[in-house]
Amino acid sequence: MVAPFLFFFLAVVAVAAALGMLLSRNPVSSALWLILNMLCIAGLYITLNASFIGAIQILVYAGAIMVLFLFVIMLLNLSSLPRLQEFDWKKVVGFFLGMVVLAQLVYMLALSLDVVPAAIVAEEAVVTGSARTIAAELFTKHVLAFEVIGILLLVATIGALMLAKRRFT
Amino acid sequence: MELTLNWFLSLSAVLFTIGVLGVLFRRNVIVVLMSVELMLNAVNLTLVALSQAMGDVSGQILVFFVMSVAAAEAAVGLAIVIAIFRNKLTVDISQINLFKY
Repeated sequence: MVAPFLFFFLAVVAVAAALGMLLSRNPVSSALWLILNMLCIAGLYITLNASFIGAIQILVYAGAIMVLFLFVIMLLNLSSLPRLQEFDWKKVVGFFLGMVVLAQLVYMLALSLDVVPAAIVAEEAVVTGSARTIAAELFTKHVLAFEVIGILLLVATIGALMLAKRRFT
Repeated sequence: MELTLNWFLSLSAVLFTIGVLGVLFRRNVIVVLMSVELMLNAVNLTLVALSQAMGDVSGQILVFFVMSVAAAEAAVGLAIVIAIFRNKLTVDISQINLFKY
């Protein structure tokens, strides 16, 4: 059984960090808030007994992807530019559309309330989250998708290189 | 108090909405890309919670693939940001309207 206190602590910190990312004016602090948010989500994965996904979340998201973001922010040297005018009239439309999305999601959740209020049980969940069970499934049933993902990452690497290359013309 | 699946789904809905608001509000391209990552994270949380509630490992395999695609997307997106910044010297999304006319 997942400890409710731990869940609520991590959930509150995750939402606060996401709001911090949304509202902070400096892109660097946005990125740091997002790293905190991803660490909280990794903690939630671990409380859900999905330890492998939690470790991958920290390594890939909080590690590699966010370092890439910070690297690009530092590379572009945004502080030397005139500040962007954030939060113009679009914020009314944006807030309205965002609330529409939230209402849809909450509506779907409310519809499902009497269908699946299943508590997350530890006994069967313990087995499913480990690296062993994931690997057993991944390298037997989904091995073709795994290879395709490898090729996709190679193509993305080469594409990013070609896009970001300085052209001496 | 019993901690049910719905708490995880609600948290994930709130995080997804914050991501949507980030895409709609912010004008810095890099922050917009970060909001997209936040939305992907919210969906991943849904997948893991559902997969654990049903005792089926397939959801977590899907999360693994989503993370790989997110890494590829971040790399290509940031490369595009660098290429645009080199040409137009801006990351303001309202200034980047190459396809508009």
